[in-house]
Formats: sequence, C-alpha cells, structure tokens
Amino acid sequence: MLDALTIATSAAALALAAWCGFAAFRDQPTKDWHFIGMAVVTLLTVVQLIVGIVQLAGGEAPEQGTTLFVAYLIGSACAIPAVAFMSLAERTRWGSATVAAGAVVLAVLEVRLYDIWGG
Amino acid sequence: MADRPQRTKLSGGPGMLLVWLYGVMVVGAVSRSAYQISTEFDRAPLAYSLSAIAAVVYAFITYTLVRGGETARKAALACCAAELVGVLVVGTWTLVDPSAFPDATVWSDFGMGYLFIPVLLPVTAIFWLRRSRTAVAAA
Repeated sequence: MLDALTIATSAAALALAAWCGFAAFRDQPTKDWHFIGMAVVTLLTVVQLIVGIVQLAGGEAPEQGTTLFVAYLIGSACAIPAVAFMSLAERTRWGSATVAAGAVVLAVLEVRLYDIWGG
Repeated sequence: MADRPQRTKLSGGPGMLLVWLYGVMVVGAVSRSAYQISTEFDRAPLAYSLSAIAAVVYAFITYTLVRGGETARKAALACCAAELVGVLVVGTWTLVDPSAFPDATVWSDFGMGYLFIPVLLPVTAIFWLRRSRTAVAAA
C-alpha cells in the first residue's frame, strides 16, 4: 500500500470531520462546499481502492489476508458517499454531525487498512 | 412522511446519526462474524457466535429506527436494553475469563476495539427513543 496515500486520506477525512463537526456546532446543514469536500475525500478512497487492487494483481499480499484487505478497501470507499446521502435526507445540523461521524469512521478504517497491509 | 402521518419518525434529527452508527456496527459485525464463522469457526466458537448475535441485534435496531412507529420504537427500546446488557455481560466476561475467548468479539472489553461505540450507542439510543415518546405525547 502507498503509505503517503493512506496518510493523505486519513488527514483529509479528519479535516472533513472537523469541518462538518463545526457546521453541526453552528447549527448548519451541509452546504455545497461540504459536498465538494466529501467528493475529494471519496476520490482519494477510490484511488486507494484502485491502487490496492493493482498491487494485489501485481502479486503483493497483505499481511492479514487479502479478503480482509479488500473488504476494508470497499468499506472505506463507501463510507463517505453513504453519509453524503444521509445528510441530503437530513437537512439540519444532525446531517452535518452524521457526515462528521462518517469521516471519523473512515479515518479509523484507514488505520486498520495500514495494519492489515502490514505497515 | 406525508402519506404515513401516524408513524413516529425515529430517523430524524439525532436519529439520523444513530442510524449511521448502527449501520456501521451492522456492517462491521455482520462481515466480521460471517468471515470468521466461515473460515475459522473452530478456533473460537463462543466468540464468533456472540459476534453473530450482536450482528443480528444491530441489524434489527437499524431496521426499527429506519421504519419508525410506536411498535418499532418499543421493539428498538427492548433491543437496545438487551444490547446494553450484552455489552456489559460479554465485556465483563472477557475481562474476568480471557481464556474463554481465544479471539475477540465485537463486545470484548466493552467494545474497546470499536472505540467504545458498542457501549455508548445503546445508552444514547435509549435516551433518544425515550425522548421520541415524550415528543409524541406532547404533540
């Protein structure tokens, strides 16, 4: 796994969590700018998914098992889109809080991905 | 929902955050127990069975939260209580008798591997579900 990409995704996820957490704190729903932020973070996770699959195809093996690794890659790519839709359905501060929680979950998944790969 | 006015909405406001966190626990517990039971069940049958039970409880609570309504609210409340008891019993059990658990469950050490979400979630959910009833009674 590309360590730089994992670190960048975690940092972006935490930044998104702070940003949306701040919106929730100020009693605001998610706005267009937040969705652009979510798109950027999602893009990073999709790139990570592709890089991960390419590396697996290239014969490299994660330390804790391929199934686990792929499951976490897919999970991390789905997390932000899921909360994005939920915040569209919930146009209050709680939609923002949900996105913040989703971004924190993604950051945790990144740490797990790093462990599973054997960093 | 305009077409179902009598059904109490449980997934609105803070409920949406709960739906997300329960959803994460469903995915985590279901995939974990499915993977472990199918590949290495004999290594820690008790731990993996408990994870599977946790997965079912989480899935049911998520469904009731999304569905809404008074019956669902009561069912969710009962399940959250069961979940809390489960976390506390299994959490204590894993600390008192670690040898019974060669591998971790979702509820081991009060859900420490899941940022203590398993023990915090039912408490928050019970609080929210009780408040929902008050809101209905007041309306």
